[in-house]
Amino acid sequence: MADLRSEFVGIKSPNPFWLASAPPTDKEYNVVRAFKAGWGGVVWKTLGEDPPIVNVAGPRYGAIHAGDRRLIGLNNIELITDRPLEVNLNEIKQVKRDWPDRALVVSLMVPCEEPNWKAILKAVEDTGADGVELNFGCPHGMSERGMGSAVGQVPEYIEMVTRWCKAGTRMPVIVKLTPNITDIRYPARAAKQGGADAVSLINTLNSITNVDLDTFSPEPSIDGKGSHGGYCGPAVKPIALSMVSEIARDKEAGGISISGIGGITTWRDAAEFLALGAVNVQVCTAVMTYGFKIVGELISGLDHYLDERQMKLNDLVGRAVPNVTDWQYLNLNYVTKARINQDLCIECGRCHIVCEDASHQAITATKNGRRHFEVVDAECVGCNLCVNVCPVENCITMERLTAGVDPHTGAPATGHLNWTQHPNNPMRVSEPAE
Amino acid sequence: MAVDRVPDIAAGRLNQEDYVANFSDLHPPLDRHQATVEADRCYFCFDAPCVAACPTGIDIPMFIREILTDNPKGAAETILSANILGGMCARVCPTETLCEEACVRQAAEGKPVRIGGLQRYATDALMAEGKQPFVRAARTGRRVAVVGGGPAGLSCAHRLATHGHDVVIYDARPKIGGLNEYGIAAYKTVDDFAQAEVDFILSIGGITVEAGKQLGRDFTLAELREDFDAVFLGMGLTGVNALGLVGEQVAGVFDAVAYIAELRQAEDLATLPVGRKVVVVGGGMTAIDIASQSKRLGAEDVTIVYRRDAARMGASEYEQELAQTSGVKIKHGAMPRRLVSSGGAVVAVEFEYTAAVDGSLSGTGETFVVEADAVFKAIGQTFVTAALDGADGMIELDSGRIKVDEERRTTLAGVWAGGDCIAGGKDLTVVAVEDGKIAAESIHRALSGSS
Repeated sequence: MADLRSEFVGIKSPNPFWLASAPPTDKEYNVVRAFKAGWGGVVWKTLGEDPPIVNVAGPRYGAIHAGDRRLIGLNNIELITDRPLEVNLNEIKQVKRDWPDRALVVSLMVPCEEPNWKAILKAVEDTGADGVELNFGCPHGMSERGMGSAVGQVPEYIEMVTRWCKAGTRMPVIVKLTPNITDIRYPARAAKQGGADAVSLINTLNSITNVDLDTFSPEPSIDGKGSHGGYCGPAVKPIALSMVSEIARDKEAGGISISGIGGITTWRDAAEFLALGAVNVQVCTAVMTYGFKIVGELISGLDHYLDERQMKLNDLVGRAVPNVTDWQYLNLNYVTKARINQDLCIECGRCHIVCEDASHQAITATKNGRRHFEVVDAECVGCNLCVNVCPVENCITMERLTAGVDPHTGAPATGHLNWTQHPNNPMRVSEPAE
Repeated sequence: MAVDRVPDIAAGRLNQEDYVANFSDLHPPLDRHQATVEADRCYFCFDAPCVAACPTGIDIPMFIREILTDNPKGAAETILSANILGGMCARVCPTETLCEEACVRQAAEGKPVRIGGLQRYATDALMAEGKQPFVRAARTGRRVAVVGGGPAGLSCAHRLATHGHDVVIYDARPKIGGLNEYGIAAYKTVDDFAQAEVDFILSIGGITVEAGKQLGRDFTLAELREDFDAVFLGMGLTGVNALGLVGEQVAGVFDAVAYIAELRQAEDLATLPVGRKVVVVGGGMTAIDIASQSKRLGAEDVTIVYRRDAARMGASEYEQELAQTSGVKIKHGAMPRRLVSSGGAVVAVEFEYTAAVDGSLSGTGETFVVEADAVFKAIGQTFVTAALDGADGMIELDSGRIKVDEERRTTLAGVWAGGDCIAGGKDLTVVAVEDGKIAAESIHRALSGSS
């Protein structure tokens, strides 16, 4: 059994799997169930000032489904906790007392005034919670009131509020970032400047999941009207991974700790976030889809993965970061060709038609008059589209040419040549950069 | 060999609930959830093998995609534009040897997409609305006679009517529909679907039905050629092969096709007499259907005896299993040698084992006896050339059926043919539908002067 014990900005948890601030962490009842199921920590659903906000009494969620109604994207218009502050604080105190080995961080969102932040920090500190997470991320509802992503979209505000908080508490301060911004590095740098211990990302993306084509109301529909919500779930994972990697490799963000969030559903998803520099991960949609029990799969999967490779949890963190680079440094002499395993091929022909209609006409449909799908190397640009549309895993693979030239371009298939030195680049240099 | 028994053929062997259960829908329709889950399994293949395997070339991936996107009526239009009897074909096609056998999911997982079930889902949705999705072109004033209102004739008539021609369908039986009405096993087409489909097809307009009118008895081919601009022959096979045994006329020996027709028309299944012990001779779909239906009518022991091995049976493996699951016993490799009768009624059949030597079948000399109160002949149907009404000299035959070219033209000018009565026919509803469609297009070209 691999040692999955995790430490994030000084906060210890038995594993790196936390629940993100969201409906599953709204109250003691759920959090206790989560801890019983094995979750390493929770970020309590965002607290605000009294009187509590009011949620809509109609649908809060919209969804995007893949085949067989597998939920791959979820959107919500729920706001922060709608329970009185005192009720939440009492429960947090009780849960922390009952579950001392688990991480318990409290998410916060109050108006952008220093006294307001100082006051709530003091109240949270009294509960014995392990840290706070500043919710600068929620894109719906609260942002209209100058909170949530309205703060997260202005680096100066992030820095200012973070500084107040660091000055106002001894607890670690995590800044939760909104992805609804052009360059995620700026808010991360601002958090760093303000003294934050860590950033967590991503919060949800602005979204309308669908439109009812009878009523013409966006979904979720409240009395015939819809408002944009926050999008999460497996569909946002690629966006989150990219943003996490951007911060992980940003020198100006100065190695700030990252808690990775965004569509994590399986142990593989979690491991990928860790490899791209997250020290731990936070999960929400997967639990909102399947319940708390999935943590068993996360733990078991990561355990086996690390054991089989004789790795420690920390060996995984950031392991892929050095391999994230800019396009201009990619090796243009790396030449691959698709290979179709005829034994595995079920002859659906999808590789052919996508190559024919959308790529480079490099896959046959017939051979000697018979249905047969085979790659024509002279036409194949190695794009991988066929691999992605093939219904049979590993039926089509990409094979690297290790000698000679690319039959498609005539360019060398060995050595290293990137854009910075490519003859077609007017700005080329003689020695490759990076 | 004497068999000491008294024939036992009786009606009303079951109670009413059992009849209902035994003859209810063999494959209940998919509901929306089931259809969506199943449709989701389709890979939308390029140049899909299922389409190539469908005799009518239905764009299967497209109609399944239309189901998946909650557009079942669009799906039905895709189906019906290639096969106007898509509703019946969804019920009776041996999909396991056609589209579903070709499905790449069969290669991938041994579990094809349930194309037949999905086709029924779509066509049921459209037919429930009772609206004809096709629009008839402006009347051309040209008239075509269609002889036989079975799948081939109906398909031909609908396509011709769509092109604006006026069609008269002649059928010897009181109802049109052909084998859909008189032949298909009852549990494959419940709720009088055959007639509902006929009504749906006729709703295109421009088609007149002359039921109870038989070629050669009520009118002649010469008259048709005189009165119409073109003639399509789709009268099917009306003859039945005999066992060729002594005493074949004794009581208890039945023609399976006739019995099935009677069953299909029965108001009350409890009135149908059925043997306690039933023997069926043959290996095609008729054999399977009469055996299964006898069992479902309350026969105690039903045995199909086929002279060759299982793989050579005309009925698919799936159909054989279906019969076996109903309790039918199938014996392969034996042929009937003697009918044993008592008091003018059959009481048993003596069979001789067969062996194939150099491809030809012969008896081994070893025999066995199966007791029988009823013996059904299901060893094939034949085209009755007399139906050509004197034109059989001009209409060339091939292996006893009408010879046609690729466009389903006979050797007699102005006469087309399709369905089971043509040479090379596969005796499948879906093939007959395609014949009718091809012939209609050919007739249309001929009548439009653009052939």
